[in-house]
Amino acid sequence: MNITPPIHFLRWRSRIYGILGLLVLLAAVVILATAIGSVQIPFLTTSSILISKLPLVELTPTWAATMETIIFEIRLPRVILAGLVGAALAIAGATYQGLFRNPLADPYLIGVAQGAALGAVIGFLLPPSWHSVGFGIIPLLAFIGALVSTAVVYSLARVGKTLPVTTLILAGVALGALLASIVSYLIISSGEKIHGIMFWLMSSFSLSQWSEAVVVLPYVLLGVVIILLCARPLNVMQLDEEQAQQLGINVERLKLVLLAAATLITAAAVSFVGIIGFVGIIIPHAVRLIWGADHRFLLPLSVLTGAIFLILADLIARTALAPAEIPIGVITAICGAPFFLYLLRRRKKVIF
Amino acid sequence: MVNIEMRNATLGYGRTIVLRDLSFQVRPGEMVGLIGPNGCGKSTIIRALSRIIPPHSGKILLDGQDVTKISRLELARLLGVVPQLPILPSAFTAFEIVLMGRNPHLGLFQYEGPKEMTIAWQAMEKTGTQSLAERRISELSGGEIQGLLIARVLAQETKAILLDEPTANLDIGRQIEILGLIKNLCRQDNLAVLAALHDLNLAVQYCDRLILINNGHIHAEGTPKEVITAENIAEVYGAENCVYTHPSNGLPCVLLNAGDGKVAKPNDILKEA
Repeated sequence: MNITPPIHFLRWRSRIYGILGLLVLLAAVVILATAIGSVQIPFLTTSSILISKLPLVELTPTWAATMETIIFEIRLPRVILAGLVGAALAIAGATYQGLFRNPLADPYLIGVAQGAALGAVIGFLLPPSWHSVGFGIIPLLAFIGALVSTAVVYSLARVGKTLPVTTLILAGVALGALLASIVSYLIISSGEKIHGIMFWLMSSFSLSQWSEAVVVLPYVLLGVVIILLCARPLNVMQLDEEQAQQLGINVERLKLVLLAAATLITAAAVSFVGIIGFVGIIIPHAVRLIWGADHRFLLPLSVLTGAIFLILADLIARTALAPAEIPIGVITAICGAPFFLYLLRRRKKVIF
Repeated sequence: MVNIEMRNATLGYGRTIVLRDLSFQVRPGEMVGLIGPNGCGKSTIIRALSRIIPPHSGKILLDGQDVTKISRLELARLLGVVPQLPILPSAFTAFEIVLMGRNPHLGLFQYEGPKEMTIAWQAMEKTGTQSLAERRISELSGGEIQGLLIARVLAQETKAILLDEPTANLDIGRQIEILGLIKNLCRQDNLAVLAALHDLNLAVQYCDRLILINNGHIHAEGTPKEVITAENIAEVYGAENCVYTHPSNGLPCVLLNAGDGKVAKPNDILKEA
C-alpha cells in the first residue's frame, strides 16, 4: 500500500500558481486602467510613472508633469478604489456563501445594501448645510445605515445563545424588503434630488479621490485579514454545525466574527460608491469552478479576482461611451453573467 | 486514557425530556454498545456526550471532568464522533474531508503540514478508503462515505470515540471490517468506545457490554449474554421467541421468524391470485 501522503490531491501547486498569476494580472490591469482614458498615455510611460512612486525606486522623469497628474490625481485613486471595492465584495460574498452554506448568498443578503441605501437617501434629503461634514454626509450615513440594519437583523435572528443561519437569512430578507420599500417611498417623494439618488443607487466610481481610497483601505484590509485567518475553520463549517463543533470549532463565535468582518468590509465598500451587484455572488463561484472549494485558496483568490474584475469593469464603464459614464452595475452584469454561464457550461460538475 | 461517564443525567430538547436519570460508564479499552428501539434516544446520548446539547440535570464526565466545562477544541482532542448519515459538502474531495479530522490539533495560523497529511493518509489506509482520496463527495456512495467518516475520526487521534450507527450503510463484509478495526483500535490504544448500533447481532459479536435503552431509561445493562435475553427482547421490541445461541461461539443471537405472527404466508397470496 502507498504510504506517501498525496499532497498533489490538494492541488496546492495549481492554486499557488493561480495566486501568483493573478497578482501579475492585477499589476497589468492597474497599468492598463491608468493608461487608458481621454488622454492616452503609453503603457511604458505609465509603468515608469507608477514604478517611480514605489519606495526605494529612483527614476529620472522623462515624461510631462501633466501625465503624472492625470495618472496620480485622477486615474489611480479611481483604479485603487475600484480594486478595493471589488476585492471587498468578492471576499464578503465568498464568506457569506461559506457561512450560510448557501450558493445564493451574496454580500447584501442580510440587509447591508438596503441599510446603506436608506442611509444614503436620508443623506440626500438632508438640508445642504449638513453636506459639509468630513467626506460628506452621504457615505457616512450609508455606512451607519449598513451597520445598523445588519445589527438589527442579527439581534432579531438570535435565539438564546445561538444564531440559526436560516433565521438570519429570513430576518435579513424581511428587513431588507421593509427598508427597500421605505427607500422607494423616499425616492418618489424626493423631488428634484431624484437624479442624485438614482446615480448613487446605480453606483459609480466617477467621483473617486485619494481621500476615499484611504478611508476604505483600513476597513477592507482589517476585514480581509480576519476572514483569511478563519479560512480553515470555515472549511470545517462546510460539514454542518454539529460536526464542526465535534471537530473543535466554536461555531457561534466563528459566525459572529465572520459576520462582523464581512459586514464591515461590505459597508465600507458600498458607502462611497453605491451598491454594485453581481460581483459578490459571481466571483466566488467562478473561483470555485476553477480552483475548487477549499476556503484557504478560495478566499485570497476571490480577493484578487474581484479586484481585477471590478477595475476592468470600471475601465469599460468610463471608456465605452466616453465622455458619458455607464453605471458600473450595468457593466458587471453584462460582462460577468455570460462569462459565468460559460464557466458553468464548461465545467459541469458540482461546485458547491 | 479516558473514561466516559454519565451520572444521573436527564437529557432532552427544550421542554421535551427524552431520557431520565441515566448513569453509566465506558472504561478505556472497552467497547460498549448502545441498543434500543427507534427513537429511544441513542443519538441524543451521543449528542449530549459530545456537548451538542447540554444535560437538563446531572453530570456528563470525560475523565472525571465535566464536559460542559471543557473547551470545544480540547474536547475534540479527547473525543471523536462518527455521526449518522451527515451532510458533507459535495465539492470537497474525500482526502480533504479526512484531513478535517486534524482540525482540533492545529492552531489558528497553522495549515496542515506533511505530518497531518501522513496521519490522514494512514487513516485512509486502515479503513480501505485510499482509492477514493481524489474523488468528490458527490460521487461517493453511502457506504464509501461511512468509511471516510471512520477514517476522519481515526485521523482525529482521540482517546474516546462515539459512533452513531457506523454500519448502517455497509454490506456485511464491510460491517465486519469496520467494527473489527474499531475493536482492535479500542484494545491496542486503550480507547473508550461507545457505539449506537441497530443490528443486535453485530452488537453482541463486537461489544464487551451492552446498554439497552427503552422508554427513557436504561432497561438492561451488562454483558451481551445478560442483556440479550428472550424476556428483554420481548419487552423492549415486542418480538417474541427470537433469541438463540450462536452455534460457533455460544453468544446469544437474534433470529427472526416471520411465520410466527401476523404475516401472510406466500402460498396464501398465490392462491388468491
